[in-house]
Amino acid sequence: MHVVIGVVCPLSSHARHHHFIENWRLRPRRLRCIRGTRFNAPAQRRQPRLSMTDAIQLLISGVATGAIYAMAALGFTLLWQAAGTINFAQGEFVMLPAFAMLIAIGLGAPLWLAFFIALIASIAILGLGFKKVVVDPMRTHGVIALVVATLGLSIGLKSLVKAAYSAEPHPFPYLFGEEIVRIAGVTVSYSDIGALVVAALMVIGLQLFLNRTITGRAMQAVAQNTFAAEALGINVARMIAYTFVINAILVTVTALLITPAYLAKFDMGDNIGLKAFFAAIIGGFNNPRGALLGGVLVGVLENFAGAYVSPSYKDGVALVLFLTVILIKPDGLLGTPQERKV
Amino acid sequence: MKKSFTRLAALSAAALVSTATMAQAIKVAQIVELSGGGTTAGTMYRNGVKLALAEINAAGGIMGRQVAISEMDTQSQPAIAKAMTMKAIDEGVTAIFGPVFSGSILVSQADSQKAGIPNFTGGEASNVTAQGNPFIFRSSFNQSMGMPKVANYLANDLKAKSVAVIFINNDFGKGGRDAILKELGARGVKVAADISTDPGQIDFSSAVLRAKQANADALFAYLNEEESARLLRELRKQGYDKPLVGETTLMGAKVIELAGAAANGVRGHVGLTVDAPTASIREFAGKFEKEYKSKSDHNGLKGYFSAYMLKAAIEKAKSTEGKAIAAAMKNSCFTAKQHPGLLLDVCYDDKGDIDRESFLVEVKSGKQEVVATLPMLNKR
Repeated sequence: MHVVIGVVCPLSSHARHHHFIENWRLRPRRLRCIRGTRFNAPAQRRQPRLSMTDAIQLLISGVATGAIYAMAALGFTLLWQAAGTINFAQGEFVMLPAFAMLIAIGLGAPLWLAFFIALIASIAILGLGFKKVVVDPMRTHGVIALVVATLGLSIGLKSLVKAAYSAEPHPFPYLFGEEIVRIAGVTVSYSDIGALVVAALMVIGLQLFLNRTITGRAMQAVAQNTFAAEALGINVARMIAYTFVINAILVTVTALLITPAYLAKFDMGDNIGLKAFFAAIIGGFNNPRGALLGGVLVGVLENFAGAYVSPSYKDGVALVLFLTVILIKPDGLLGTPQERKV
Repeated sequence: MKKSFTRLAALSAAALVSTATMAQAIKVAQIVELSGGGTTAGTMYRNGVKLALAEINAAGGIMGRQVAISEMDTQSQPAIAKAMTMKAIDEGVTAIFGPVFSGSILVSQADSQKAGIPNFTGGEASNVTAQGNPFIFRSSFNQSMGMPKVANYLANDLKAKSVAVIFINNDFGKGGRDAILKELGARGVKVAADISTDPGQIDFSSAVLRAKQANADALFAYLNEEESARLLRELRKQGYDKPLVGETTLMGAKVIELAGAAANGVRGHVGLTVDAPTASIREFAGKFEKEYKSKSDHNGLKGYFSAYMLKAAIEKAKSTEGKAIAAAMKNSCFTAKQHPGLLLDVCYDDKGDIDRESFLVEVKSGKQEVVATLPMLNKR
């Protein structure tokens, strides 16, 4: 019997038939050879079957990761709605607070204090500073100018951190410890539960703020129609500034939750920025709830693809989902069509 | 007028002296991973070489000549490694240190070979020295030399009947995987899962889940440093409770720093470790930590060794000509007694593969502890 990496691929037609029948019954889509590299190996090396508890485990850790993607995606959608800004430096906006926290920890601050220091710095620099220095001067030049500006900012920030803090990864403490709990055969870590709870609280809190408070509603009004909002006496500039502040809070919390797994590194934002962007598009760029759905979908599906297909295909899931959604529903799953004058 | 003439004369004299020094200096190049996926490995190796060359220069250089070094970043990409190697050759270097990544040295060594320049590497993939290149020299074991020791440990010490294998899908990982599968097969140990992961992979949850499902007696992991740390964190997160066994990279100092408590209990074989019970290595560890404020891993040792190996070879050849240096190392042994910078006695074969003592280690409370010292494979 010959084997390819990951999956048993019998060579004789009899064996192939036998294997096909066996696999078809168990897992219809598992019969595939991942790569062509062959080697002689014992027959026992067949992919193990994944049970229901495994599926639940994958679901929980997928939702936890997805909730973190959702927070960064939420920032994308908010900035787009309120300020017409697509921030391609969103990933680096997650990376910077992570390093700010590391520096504070290095100076002897406990994690909670480091978080608050990073939060204040983030609101000042990544929120208001970003708006004042990059977005305000560029907004009048249209979306493309802002896209190019934020792409440049992303490269600049990465190079800066690399020069100052080396290109090596740095360990980052877990907020909720590294302990694990076993519930009915499912192993869940405190960090996953904690990430899930914090991300859920952030998203629900934000929804309540946007829908139930006067400021939140004013922000939505600005997002929907700036001129009408201004005519109604809403301070548009302040509402837009609030959006940048909220984004700064979201990226700092995202950094706190995701850096223990990602490790603090100058290019850690590449992956999170990309996944958050995909999540925002999948869910609908003009709907904050869409960002949540998109984030969780990406997190869960990539976990399942990793386990049921191959870990090698995991990172492609978001891209495939992204392509499928924009082909079938260009405005995203929960997005609404937008008309713009050209 | 007199003042300006004196100044001119002084400047000319200084220029002449510095030109003479430049002409005398032995030029070498470091072509290493200073950014990208191999940053940890490349930076450590670079620091090791720098430390050794600073010592060598301070002690009067090699055969009375100072060593001038230029540093180039491969960005962990083979194509850039190749371009940098060509640049170094144009600069007329005597020897090249690096790259550390097997995938890069596999590509770049063709150029140093053509130019007849000795090229030291930290690469461990078996095929690095299988190209018939007389100018390639390892600073660590060939994978195929380390794996029999690991397989022996799994089969004889741990009595594992089945093993789950997680490897990284690059030249280093694939080479190691092929080598361990061969060795396990020869000892009748079943491979219960054979799991491929990607360079730069961040989330190892599904890979770990598949390893858990395989229900093997032990797990063998073979990934680069950064990925090893993430894997160890995920293994701990999912409560994996079987023995974790690896080769050098799984227990590196940087991995232990990044993985934290998740690295405890990991064991395996290392070619070089600063925790080795050897006075010369301990002394090196102290110097490295003082200089760079971080603990050296095996790559730091490899770099330090490489620079001193070049010194020993030039002194033996009494020449800085590439062919003579290479010939001085082939099928030769060098003792640490005669060349303390080599840290351990070492022998090269005709292919550039290295042989020396190695160690079985276990990570306890965030520190590597040497469980046993293993002798050279081929005692000469």
